Amino acid sequence: MSSTFFTEPPHWRWLIILYFFIGGLAGGCYFLASMIDLVGRPTDRPLARLGYLIAFPAVVVCGILLIADLGRPERFWHMLLQSATWRPMLKTYSPMSFGAWGLLVFSAFAFLSFLGALGEDERRHRFSFLRPPSVIGTIVSALGGLAGFFLASYTGVLLAVTNRPIWSDTTLLGAVFLVSSASTSIALLMLLGSRRVFLVGGLRALARFDTFVLVLELITLVALVVSLGSLARVWLSAWGALLLLGVVGIGIIVPLILEVRAHSPLSASARAAAVLVLVGGFLLRVVIVLSSEAI
Amino acid sequence: MPEPMGFYTDTTVCIGCKACEVACKEWNQLPATNGGRSKLSGDSYDNTRRLDGIHWRHVKFIEQFDAERRQGRWLMMSDVCKHCVRAGCLEVCPTGAIIRTEFDTVVIQSDVCNGCRDCIGACPFGVIDINPVSGTAQKCTLCYDRMRAGMTPACAQACPTASINFGPIRELKQKAQARVEQLHGRGERGAYLYGADEKMLGGLNSFYLLVDKPEVYGLPPDPKMPTRNLKRGSLWSALGAVVVGVVGLISLRSRRDVNV
Ligand code: SF4
Ligand code: SF4
Repeated sequence: MSSTFFTEPPHWRWLIILYFFIGGLAGGCYFLASMIDLVGRPTDRPLARLGYLIAFPAVVVCGILLIADLGRPERFWHMLLQSATWRPMLKTYSPMSFGAWGLLVFSAFAFLSFLGALGEDERRHRFSFLRPPSVIGTIVSALGGLAGFFLASYTGVLLAVTNRPIWSDTTLLGAVFLVSSASTSIALLMLLGSRRVFLVGGLRALARFDTFVLVLELITLVALVVSLGSLARVWLSAWGALLLLGVVGIGIIVPLILEVRAHSPLSASARAAAVLVLVGGFLLRVVIVLSSEAI
Repeated sequence: MPEPMGFYTDTTVCIGCKACEVACKEWNQLPATNGGRSKLSGDSYDNTRRLDGIHWRHVKFIEQFDAERRQGRWLMMSDVCKHCVRAGCLEVCPTGAIIRTEFDTVVIQSDVCNGCRDCIGACPFGVIDINPVSGTAQKCTLCYDRMRAGMTPACAQACPTASINFGPIRELKQKAQARVEQLHGRGERGAYLYGADEKMLGGLNSFYLLVDKPEVYGLPPDPKMPTRNLKRGSLWSALGAVVVGVVGLISLRSRRDVNV
């Protein structure tokens, strides 16, 4: 038996699952927005704007969830400053510590880009310099995009850097979470953008991106199960059924079929696909977190 | 600097009286489970069941009986934090609440911990949990306060059979080795030390003499450091990011539908 089965669960439950999901959306929407801003067409700018407008509020919600989950919420700042000396508290080798800083850095970029995205309609406004194509905006978006990738994946590494069953029996969870944040974030942008006909070009590109990402997600999930080896039998249970039916079936296969069939990214079936991808992404985190917590 | 101190627990002389458990709770003023309205386990004489934030010592009863309950034996083991020389809990703690003391023991500072619980999943032995009164993670301190005053930890002091031995690690190892040889000489060939040498997490400053496989005592056969997964986990994530990034750039760039 793996030595990981002799440990105790850290009681990371719904608040943490929600954080993993919403944090994935925050990071994902931001890196999508920055990619669209940096290489997309000018007509796609409203889609990028949407991404920035989601990312910042989402990361604020993340902060609230994380603080609420602490045993002593009023001491949340102990993650960033040493409480006795007020010097910075950072352990690069602890994903929880590094992640707290990563979250802070990401929030700063998300805030700047949020400001930059606020008044898009008036063409030029006070903060438009915070968005590409201005030099400052380009730097903010590029660095923020990298921070977004970090936010979307470090939570999987955090689970791996424990001694818990499943979580620490594979090293693929970071990659799995990252790909899933990409698929869920694309789905969210498609869903929210789908009412605007003039975005159809950008939405079509996103839909194509989503198809690739869903296939990639399927591959990483198979790799995850393979990497667990004989331990994967933990999922010969209701959790495995949820993984297979909920995450893979409802969250990947059905949306793939719907997307291939959809004649337009504005159609009802494209929208349904997006909703299912979001549901699947949430269930993925439920299965990963709770199936280990239950041991 | 004092020399490394710790426990050597000889499980073969433990009688399961739980005096150590009680002494620990008394000295450290740990609250009762559920305000004293605790339930009986129903399938064991042991009703504590596990270490947690309000049980820093736990005497495990391993009941090995055959199907007809004619033949059997009891294994007793007073479990506690192993005060690992390379401690997983200390490694991940993001607040710096977990420290290594001058006695080479591992202590959680309750006024620093914010209850993130990373250490609970990081400990290879399932030692730590939240104390509901403080809202922080807690475990055995190896009676840091008593040690500072030159006293023996409460549990070792209370143990009536000297199953729990406290002292400098160097001396404890000699004592334990002699005991293993004595047991071998008497025909108990299964006796061995768990965690006494550096191969296990750099050495456990609370190590054990056992007479069956570690798993039988609920101990991991091969405990590891949590950060063993850090590099690979990060590399796979970075690779994932590159693939998603490249696919994204291609999808957003190459568009046939320019005029839609
Ligand atoms: S046994 Fe667990 S709690 Fe004790 S020092 Fe080792 S890792 Fe930390
Ligand atoms: S719960 Fe407390 S002691 Fe444990 S890792 Fe978090 S801050 Fe550190």
